[in-house]
Parts: sequence; structure tokens; C-alpha cells
Amino acid sequence: MNILMALAYIVLAPFVGGIVVGIDRRITARMQGRVGPPLLQPIYDILKLFEKDKKIAREEISFYALCYLIFMIFTGALFFLGGDLLLVIFALTLAHVFLILAAYAAGSPYSFVGAERELIMVMAVEPMLIFVAVGFYMVTGSFDVSAVMGYGTSVIVWLPLLFIGFLYILTLKLRKSPFDISTSHHAHQELVKGLTTEFAGPTFGMVELAHLYETMLMLGIVWLFFAANPLIALLVVIVVYLLEIFIDNATARVKWPFALRSCWIAAIIFGVVNLGILAYLGGVI
Amino acid sequence: MDLTLFLILFPALVALVLMLLPDHPLRDTLIKAAALILIAGSVIFAALTLSAGGLAFSIENAGMVSLLMQVIEILIAVGLLYLSVKYRQHIVTVLVIAQTGLFLYAETLLTGHATGFAFVVDEFSVVMALIIGIIGSLICIYAVGYMKDFHAHHPEVKDNRRGFFALLFIFLGAMFGVVFTNNLMWLFFFWEITTVCSFLLIGYKWDEESQKNAFWALLLNVLGGIGFVAAFFVILGIDPTGSYLFMDTLIAAGPALALLPASLIGFAGLTKSAQMPFSSWLVGAMVAPTPVSALLHSSTMVKAGVYIIVRFAPIFEGTMTGFCFALVGGVTFLMASAVAVTQSNAKRVLAYSTIANLGLIVACAGIGTYEAVWAAVLLIIFHAVAKSLLFLCVGTVEHRIKSRDIEDMGGIIAALPRIGVMMIVGISGMFLAPFGMLISKWATLRAFVDAQHGIILVALLGFGSALTLFFWTKWMGKLIAVTGRSFENYENEISRSEFSSITTIAILTVAACMLFPLVSLYLVEPYVIGIYGHAAGLGQWNVIIMLMMLVLFLMLPLSVYHFRNSHSVVPRYLGGRAMNEKGQFLGSLGREWDIEMSNYYLTEQMQEKGLATKGNLVCIGLIVLIALTLVMGVGA
Repeated sequence: MNILMALAYIVLAPFVGGIVVGIDRRITARMQGRVGPPLLQPIYDILKLFEKDKKIAREEISFYALCYLIFMIFTGALFFLGGDLLLVIFALTLAHVFLILAAYAAGSPYSFVGAERELIMVMAVEPMLIFVAVGFYMVTGSFDVSAVMGYGTSVIVWLPLLFIGFLYILTLKLRKSPFDISTSHHAHQELVKGLTTEFAGPTFGMVELAHLYETMLMLGIVWLFFAANPLIALLVVIVVYLLEIFIDNATARVKWPFALRSCWIAAIIFGVVNLGILAYLGGVI
Repeated sequence: MDLTLFLILFPALVALVLMLLPDHPLRDTLIKAAALILIAGSVIFAALTLSAGGLAFSIENAGMVSLLMQVIEILIAVGLLYLSVKYRQHIVTVLVIAQTGLFLYAETLLTGHATGFAFVVDEFSVVMALIIGIIGSLICIYAVGYMKDFHAHHPEVKDNRRGFFALLFIFLGAMFGVVFTNNLMWLFFFWEITTVCSFLLIGYKWDEESQKNAFWALLLNVLGGIGFVAAFFVILGIDPTGSYLFMDTLIAAGPALALLPASLIGFAGLTKSAQMPFSSWLVGAMVAPTPVSALLHSSTMVKAGVYIIVRFAPIFEGTMTGFCFALVGGVTFLMASAVAVTQSNAKRVLAYSTIANLGLIVACAGIGTYEAVWAAVLLIIFHAVAKSLLFLCVGTVEHRIKSRDIEDMGGIIAALPRIGVMMIVGISGMFLAPFGMLISKWATLRAFVDAQHGIILVALLGFGSALTLFFWTKWMGKLIAVTGRSFENYENEISRSEFSSITTIAILTVAACMLFPLVSLYLVEPYVIGIYGHAAGLGQWNVIIMLMMLVLFLMLPLSVYHFRNSHSVVPRYLGGRAMNEKGQFLGSLGREWDIEMSNYYLTEQMQEKGLATKGNLVCIGLIVLIALTLVMGVGA
């Protein structure tokens, strides 16, 4: 059990995540012909949010948002602790359900539709996430992250298609265009602010903070595919994130039925096929 | 042992008394007292049996008992024939004649008296007995208050509560019989009784819709019964003295001998647990009063169907036949979950969810490995608790808001706070970590991954699980979305019997999760070890982490008090329009607008009819495949 990694995650993820998101905003700005904000802007923004007045549409929203943050930290900490990947995925789902409930609790139209959209997104990525965990199990014989970390070869060798499938839904998880159907960080909104419309001040600060933790968790899973070769893993994480930024700026938002359908088809084509090949030819490879 | 027989016969006695008593308030007291006795009896029975390591015994005059059962069977058949002829249900008539006739003929083939235990009670039976005794009795207590309201709301329905409660208790006794007996013919007798109880209870209102659904349920269940009886011909063909009529002997004989009868009985199990293509009866059975839906059609009777398939899991292990059964379960899980997304009628959502979860249990039983059986029993336990809680809550809510539609349940957390919270507990219990069903689903996934050809089932589970997440969360969201219309809290209108039983089951739901390690250690693992020689588990660390999550989950609501006093409440956002104190938006010319928000039902992408048809066709194909594997002998 890697307690140090988990503690490092809990303490450092906001800062590292903040810098990552800051780099994201700068590069995005440059792609759009702007200068872009300072690198630490995301952190400044979150700190500013916590200084604001505590105003909310209903008090329960803050409770659900807190639950979202706590369980997101819990999920990430469990992952970096080296725990069971299936439990990580289930805990991640739990955290997202709290976020969705926070938006529902507001009882306001934009927030409600945002919640429905977010639920569609969670439904879209769930199969692929489960297949990722199953893929790791089939290669290493264990669901534990620590087993994958300790495995002699990078599991990407046996799970190339699975990796591509995971990248497909990563776009969704990072809330990047074309799959930013419930809320978006950019100024091309569809539902005012969708999911987070009724969040303000410290409540919104908690949600943004949780998103930083989630980003680090997702990049951690990308790393996991190349765990045996840390330098290559780092390179892949950087390239993947740059790719996501590029896709974000180059595409327009899709309709939610398309998002759902395409993620599920990706789960079948990349996930199930990869797992099937492993199951039936695993002895040969 | 005496307590075993007490649990079977005492409810029957209570039923008799209930039939004879005239309508009187004393009846309510009698029902509650009997229910409490059953709860106490089941718990004591469980403790005694577990500490003794299980029970196995025969009774004297077993021949007399068999004869008595045959007589009752004939009487039941006559009654059913009378009704089916009177209401021109010709297929039912034919099927009842076929089943009864075949059964009586099979009895004549029994030439000797083989020795065997009439009753065998192991940990699995204890688990089922606890579910029947505790949850079943609590539902009976609930029904006291519910039926009073029911007849107040439906003056056109004839008040036959005497018969209603009698049937509930007969049913409980029969269920105890199903899970305790080791003699397959006696099991069939109790099985039949549950079918008849279900038929009569579904048809309680006896209007046209109820009649139709009651007869349809009867039709499909009797069809399954014919499969059950067919198994007797095979068993007696192997040994006419009837030694393989004893379940433990049959299972010990191994797949070479037992696969065909196990599959035939498994077919009966598929019909009773409403697997595709036999799902429609369960959906139609939702016309019955809610206690019936809670007791028979989610927590108990349908569990009898999966109980029998799980019993034969060691026979199905590693066989193509078993895998086809597993696929029936898996496909049912996926399709039923998809249909549930499109439904807004709360009871139909619960019905389809029940069908889906039963599908998972069947899938585990079909795989038959030790991991799968462990997961199956866990699924049975946690599903029974959470689903019955949900049905009871929906029944109570329905009587208050006069609607079963989820869209009308908006903001119920304000109108009925405690019921609302317990509904959230129930819904969370069905799919969220760290609650029981999640644990069971986790165990199921592990069992699938390790099984031969398990990838197909993993895929079905992955997609189905995403769908269940969707319809449960949107229901939860609807419950907490208070849109500002003023809600008076009318919770004090709810009867004490309803409230107390709902609260108890809610506590049980949470307790079962907290005590999951103990439940697994004392109730489930011994059963699995007894059959397979080793136990399954989730790993010590995982259990600890899940308990941590549960503690967090239960403690975090305390933070609501902190938020309550520190925040100022401001109006919601609608493009800058103003809001009045009632939470309505102020339009132009002084008009005030309520907000109406409804969930996504994905009806453009999925339709109930289309999905049901596809699911039914695939499963019919799978059942044909089962038959083929048996005929060609490639099963083992």
C-alpha cells in the first residue's frame, strides 16, 4: 500500500492539477490567437471563489458538492494508494452521482437539464471504464493498481485498443469539446452553465477543486498503461493532454445522443474486441 | 427439527384462523402478532441451525404427507380448472390439465421408497428463511395499514382482506417449504402453492385488467411447472425407487446424471423468476396491491425461481448448457435495464429492475463457479432488502400523491421527508457504492471475468450496469428537486404500520451493508466452502475501505447543519427573470409560472416493445440452444 503516494496526491493534486489546467488555458489561448492568463490562474480562481459570499439556491447543494469533493479525493487517494481499480471506478461513479444530485437539488431548469446531460455522460463512459479495469486484470491477474505498477512490462503491449478506447472517453471525462455536453469551461455554452449553473462562491470552488483532483486521476490512469517505463509514460501523458487540448479547440460540440452512442460503440470496438482477443488468444501472445 | 416444521405450518394455521375470523379490528392485531412471531422464529431458527452446522432430517409418515400433497394438488387443479373454464382461458385450462395429469402419472412411476432426507437446511436455506421470515413478515405488517388505505381509495373493489391476508400467510408457509425441503416432489408441491397464491393475489381487484394479468402469470408459471414435472420423468427413469428425488443425492450424482433434470427444473426457475422471454407476467403483475408486488414479485416468490437454479449451480459449472442459462440471465439483465430507462411508472421501473437483477443471479448460477455462487447469494440477500424497501415506499407515496408516476414525485423529499430519505437509501442500496448491491455486482464481475467465455457476460454487465445507474440516479434526482411550490409536510397521515415496517427495512438495508463481512463469513462462505471446498472474497483491504466509505456516507449528512446556517438562500436562475417567494417565476403582465422539469427517458433511442421483442427472441434462441446441448450430450 503506497501511503506516501496517496498523501502526495491529496496534498499536491490541486497544485499540479492547477498548473496542468493553467498550461491548458495558455496553449488554448495561443491556439485561439490570444495571450492567455497566468499559469497559476486556475488556482487563483479557486482561491477567489472561496473568498466569496456564501450564497446558494438551496442549502442541500453545498452538502452534495462537499460529498462530491470528499469522494473524489477518496477515489484518487485510493487509486494512488494502489488499491482495487474496480473499487476506484465505483467510487468515481459515486462521486459523480453526488455532483449530479447537487445539480438536481437546485430545482432550476438549466441545472436540471445539465444534470440529465451529466448523467448521460456518466452512463456513456461507465462500460469503457469497467473494461479498462477488466483488461488490467486479464493481463496482470489482479485488479490492484499496485499490481499493474509492479508488472514487469507495460500493459499497453496487450491492451493497445483498450488504450485508444480510453482516450476516446478521456475527452468526455476532461469535459473537452466535442463531448462537453453538460458544462464547459469555455465561453461556448449551451445551457448557460448547465450542470454548474446554480453553483456559486465556495460551493463552486469545491466543484472546481474536485475537477482538478479528477484530472490528475485520469492522467494517472493514462500513466498506468505505460507504468513499467516511467519516462515513456510521462511523455505519453504530455502528448495525450496536448492532443486533448487540440481536439478541444478543433471540434464543435456534438448532440448528446451522438455522444452516448459513439462512446458505447467505442467501448465495443476498442474495449470488448481487445478483451475478446486477450481471452481467446491470450495463451498464444 | 420442530422449528423447521413450525415455520412451515404456523403461517398456514394463521391463515386458517384469518379465514374464519369475521372482519374485526382484532384481525389487524392478530396479523401483526403473527408477523412478529415469525420474525422471532426465523431469527432463532437461523441462530440455532447455524450453530448446529446445518440440519437434515426425515419425518415419519412421509408417505402420508405425499398422499396429502397429492390430494391438495388435485383440489387446487380443480379450482384452477373451474376458474379458467369460467373465464374462457383455454390455454390455461390445457396447461393445468397437462401439468396435473403428468404429475399424477409421474407419481405412479415411483415404485419404491428410497431413503433420503425430507428436509435439509444448510446456510443457503437459512439465508432464504431469514429473508422470508423477516422481510416477508414486515411486509405483512405494512399491508395492514396499506390495505386500509387501499379500500378507502378504491371503494369499488370488494373488501376481501380476510382472504388477502390468509393468502399472504399461506404463501409465507409455502416459501419456507420450498427452501427447507430436500424432496423434489414436495418442493414442487410448495412451488405450486406459490403459483396459486400469486395468481389469486394478482387478481385481488378482479377487474378486467387484474384478471388478464393474473391468468397470464398463471399461464407462464404453469408452463414452467410442466418443465418441473418433466424432470420427474427423467429422475424416475434413472431410478424408479426415487432415490434421486432427493435434491442432495441428485446434485451429488454430478452433471452426467443430473444435467437434464437440472435444466428442466431450471426452465421452471426461469419462468418463475420472469426471465426473458417470460418477463411479461411480472410486469403485468404490478396491477396488484403494493404489498403483493413487494412480497411475491420482488423479494420472495421470484427468489424461489433463482433459488432452485442456484442450488443446481454445481451441476451447471463448466457446461455449455449452464453457460446458455447464464446468457439468458445476462441478456435479460441488459434488456430489462434498458427498458427500465424508458419507464416513468415507478412500479414498472421496479419490476424491470427486479427482472434485471434476477437475470444477474441466473447468470451467476449458470456459470456455477464458487465465486459466482458466492456473488449469487449476496445478490439475493441485498436485492431482497433494498427492493422491498423501494416497493413499500412507492406504495406509501402513491397513496399520498395519488400517482405512481415518477414525474409526479418531484420534490417528495420536502413533502414526505422521512419516506423520501428512506427511498434514497433504497435507491442507493440498489446501485451505489458502498452498498450491498454494488458489492454483489462487484463480486459478479469478478466471477464473470474468471469464467470460461466470461467476456460476453462482462460486456453485458458493463452496459447493463451503466443503464441501471441512469434510471436510478434520475429517480433520486427527481425526489430531491424541490421546485419551490410550497409543500406541506403531510407525513403524519401515514399509518404506523406502514411507517414502522419501512423504517425497519431501511435500517436492515444499511445494517446488511455494515455487517456484510459477517454476513459473508457466517452465512454465505460456509455454504460455498461446503460445495466447492474453497471460498471467495473481496479481499480484506477492500472490505475495510468499503466500510470506511460507508462510515463517511453516513456521517457526511451531519454537514447539512453546518451549511444550513452559514448560507444565504438566493433565487434560482432563469435568464435573469425574477422569482416570487413561492418559487415561481414572474413573467410579463404579472403572470406567475411554475417550473415543470421532466427526466430523459431516451424513448427515441429505445422503445419498450422493440427491446422486449429483441430480448425475447435472443432468449428463446438460447433456450433452444440449451435443449440442443442436452440432446446432443455436449452439455458436460
